[in-house]
Amino acid sequence: MMSNWEVVIGLEIHAQLATKSKIFSGSPTAYGAPPNTQADLVDLGFPGVLPVLNQRAVQMAVKFGLAIDAAVARRSVFARKNYFYPDLPKGYQISQYELPIVARGSLKVMLDDGAVKTIGITRAHLEEDAGKSLHEGLANATGIDLNRAGTPLLEIVSEPDMRSAKEAVAYMKKIHTLVRYLEICDGNMQEGSFRCDANVSVRPKGQEKFGTRAEIKNLNSFRFVEKAIQYEVARQVEIIEGGGKVVQETRLYDSDKDETRSMRSKEEANDYRYFPDPDLLPVEIDEPFIAAVRATLPELPDQKAARFAKDFALSAYDAGVLSASRELGAYFEAVIAGVGAGHAKLAANWVMGELSSALNRDNVDIQNSKVDPAQLTGLLHRIVDETISGKIAKEVFEAMWSEGKPADAIIEAKGLRQITDSGAIEGVIDAVIAANPKQLADYRSGKDKLFGFFVGQVMKATGGKANPAQLNELLKTKLGGGGNA
Amino acid sequence: MSLTRHDVEKIAHLARLSITEQEMPVYVSSLSSIVNFVDELSRAETGAVQPMAHPLEGQHQRMRLDEVTESDHHETYQAIAPAVAAGLYVVPRVID
Amino acid sequence: MLHNLFIGELAERLTKRQISSVELTRHFLSRIERLNPGLNAFITLTPKQALQEAAAADARLAAGEKGPLLGIPLIHKDIFCTDGVKTSCGSRMLDNFVAPYDATVVARLKGAGAVMLGKSNMDEFAMGSSNETSYYGPVKNPWDTTKVPGGSSGGSAAATAARLAPFATGTDTGGSIRQPAALTGVTGFKPTYGRVSRYGMIAFASSLDQAGVFTRSAGDAAAVLQVMAGFDARDSTSVDAPVPDYSKALGAPLKGLKIGLLREFFEGLEPRNAALIEDALTIYTGLGAETREVSLPHLPLSVPTYYVVAPAECSSNLSRFDGVRFGYRCKDPKDLMDLYKRSRGEGFGAEVKRRIMTGTYVLSAGYFDAYYLKAQKARRMITDDFRAAFEKVDLVIGPTTPTPAFDIGAKVNDPVLMYLNDIYTIGANLAGLPGISIPCGFVDSLPMGLQLVGPHFAEAKLLNAAHQYQQATDWHRHAPRGYE
Repeated sequence: MMSNWEVVIGLEIHAQLATKSKIFSGSPTAYGAPPNTQADLVDLGFPGVLPVLNQRAVQMAVKFGLAIDAAVARRSVFARKNYFYPDLPKGYQISQYELPIVARGSLKVMLDDGAVKTIGITRAHLEEDAGKSLHEGLANATGIDLNRAGTPLLEIVSEPDMRSAKEAVAYMKKIHTLVRYLEICDGNMQEGSFRCDANVSVRPKGQEKFGTRAEIKNLNSFRFVEKAIQYEVARQVEIIEGGGKVVQETRLYDSDKDETRSMRSKEEANDYRYFPDPDLLPVEIDEPFIAAVRATLPELPDQKAARFAKDFALSAYDAGVLSASRELGAYFEAVIAGVGAGHAKLAANWVMGELSSALNRDNVDIQNSKVDPAQLTGLLHRIVDETISGKIAKEVFEAMWSEGKPADAIIEAKGLRQITDSGAIEGVIDAVIAANPKQLADYRSGKDKLFGFFVGQVMKATGGKANPAQLNELLKTKLGGGGNA
Repeated sequence: MSLTRHDVEKIAHLARLSITEQEMPVYVSSLSSIVNFVDELSRAETGAVQPMAHPLEGQHQRMRLDEVTESDHHETYQAIAPAVAAGLYVVPRVID
Repeated sequence: MLHNLFIGELAERLTKRQISSVELTRHFLSRIERLNPGLNAFITLTPKQALQEAAAADARLAAGEKGPLLGIPLIHKDIFCTDGVKTSCGSRMLDNFVAPYDATVVARLKGAGAVMLGKSNMDEFAMGSSNETSYYGPVKNPWDTTKVPGGSSGGSAAATAARLAPFATGTDTGGSIRQPAALTGVTGFKPTYGRVSRYGMIAFASSLDQAGVFTRSAGDAAAVLQVMAGFDARDSTSVDAPVPDYSKALGAPLKGLKIGLLREFFEGLEPRNAALIEDALTIYTGLGAETREVSLPHLPLSVPTYYVVAPAECSSNLSRFDGVRFGYRCKDPKDLMDLYKRSRGEGFGAEVKRRIMTGTYVLSAGYFDAYYLKAQKARRMITDDFRAAFEKVDLVIGPTTPTPAFDIGAKVNDPVLMYLNDIYTIGANLAGLPGISIPCGFVDSLPMGLQLVGPHFAEAKLLNAAHQYQQATDWHRHAPRGYE
């Protein structure tokens, strides 16, 4: 029974840092180059070569540490993690072990129900990425591409603070938002710039001791993280309730089958034999270095959300949605600048509603939106000045999106101006009433709901252009009798 | 402190070294004598001394500017590779 | 005879155009052809390239350029990557490896116009004290070809002693320059850790390895070190400190120089060895130096400490040799595990495998604290001892080796016995200190060396003290019979 169990989840997120060159060599990091064309002697682990540290990677790590209110280590050490795998050219990965660059921090995460939970971050450290293994087109062999070997990674380790798959996804999304805000990672999960391993265990409710955990590796979408955790929790509960024991191991998520399967047991002598890398000296960071990085911090997502909520009287939820990315926040603020803070709610609704729907439907980033802030502002002005109704505006928006024209041009071309001439509206009302005597009688005898029928008919007759407020007033008067509309 | 054959097999596996049957007893004995020899360290009084990873004190890691300084030389580098196909280094199939 | 001249003398003749670099190079190449087969000091000879480099040096000389090493032939230990030339590190693992780049040391010496004659034989991956672990067979000591020349830079030492080149590069991780220099009667210099770039020098134990040189005099060593030393941005452990003029400092009088007699070095010293050191001390006091006793109480821990730290680092450094991107690959690997195990099992020799396994063991879970961590603590204590001693004295003196050269094959089956050859040299590596070995006499007709060790960046003082000794004695001028 799930209700007897508590789920414990910790996430390890690997974010590729957006440096131009690799962490220990001067090779380019750009994605998509032909195999092994971006792997120099250092990346290939040739005899005699040595690593030299990229300053930008350190700055980015420090930036992250400051953004999560963590202690930034004044002294951190690179260590070798020793194991054999063909995509690991030196036979060891340069990482950080006992003394990581970023120590304990935390992040506030808003859950679906609006509640805010603080998730602890144990540490974040710098390390180098490995290459890639490719199996297609090679009979009984594997091809190794080392372009990715040496790309800087920031490994962000959370405390085991999450208690559900949804919490885990909310945390992962928050980190995703944050690293993009900080411009330290492009967050492109399809390209592998942002990867997640989930440590999942269950324990009886009320028990303090953690259950045995399984690690699910390389989850590269929010959806997969959620589904993999759900599957894994069910799997573990079934094992334990059946009298068995969960094995501590590494598992992979199969998205086709929606299940996790064993990859290799962590018990199996993968003794990494960590020791400080003798080719690298301790990294020492002083106050001026940290201060210089701090000066580059943008307004953080939580700060922006708080400001939106306060300045524009938005709900915490809406403010959160609008600050989910810097670009979205900037778009929203540009619209506010155009339409005025007094219409913040209108702007918020349109950005979160029509605009976001269109972006999602066409799979387009906000930076590539087919309606820019100025154009949307133009449309909103026409709602505010009652040239068109909100409903008509949606039609206009769709046309703006597909034709790329501004609101006014479309309103003109399609003749969508609202009808605000009382006489004209009255005339249509009269015609509708005359054409529907039975409904009129029913209404007057108490069927209040029929008010909506008349509204609909007038709207139909006017092609939706009758000013709703005026229509309401005039219709009330004309229908008279009956109930309250 | 003597090493057993099992110990040596475990270490050889970790280090990815094949040891033949004939070689095994020689390695067990020589590694045991080496370990015995360095065991002297375990008897030494080192107390609260900080371990020393680098011989020069007061040195810290220099950082280089984030610039691309290397270009593509994969043809030269792969000319001496044991097995290459379509620019990829080829190894026997890796199964996860 | 040209091959008995010192670098400075050769440089003078080249500058005055009394000889050309091509003639000089030919002279050494023909000596090598005649004498090397009896020594096996080389793995690769590069006569064509050498003559091209010599011709280029001659062009620079003709244009009026002057340089202490311009046109001077040299040998590189086969541990330094040389662009387009086989670099084997004495191992089957790299028997087919042609380096695609020059080590910084190689580039600097090339830039100074030195002419490479070839790559010298060495203990496999620099692991050894006798040059008997090389895949290419043992090197013989020119003083007695039944004896070892020492190691790991045995080929460079033997070749220098045999006058097959005016100088040869080497590396010293636990004594691999100083010890073979002593056993072959030449001058061997190991600089302070970080003084010379390690970029392109195939790594054995990264926190101990240093590049250095074999010459027949301290004066020559100064000239070569001047070119080799200096900051290299490609090596994070390279020290960014100015390089003094080493040749200028050579002639300073030794009056007031305080030389420490290391009690731990003199305890149990073989009497004939001790006598040679006593003679040397007499020379030094005669030159105005003062001697006093110093003690490094933790020094006896240095050999076990080294044999934990060095294998630990090498076990990791050698993981890149896996048959995937370069080097030896086993035939018909049936799967990935087989590829790794047999490429490495067949590619590496026994001593290398022993050290990799020792290193893997001391780093492994459950043993890390007892061995590796402990060793790094002992290392600090040894270093602190040296620092305390150098507050009282300028340099420390002692024998370089416990005995003269031993028979080929005598110790090769007993690793621990072999390790004890490094007893006098290892401390300097652990503490990163510079050291020099210079010839100081003979025992059983075999050369013995005297070692001077100084504080960090005391290269100038060491060269000065060695030079003055060599002005007052002529041990360094003796040549092995048949190689004069």
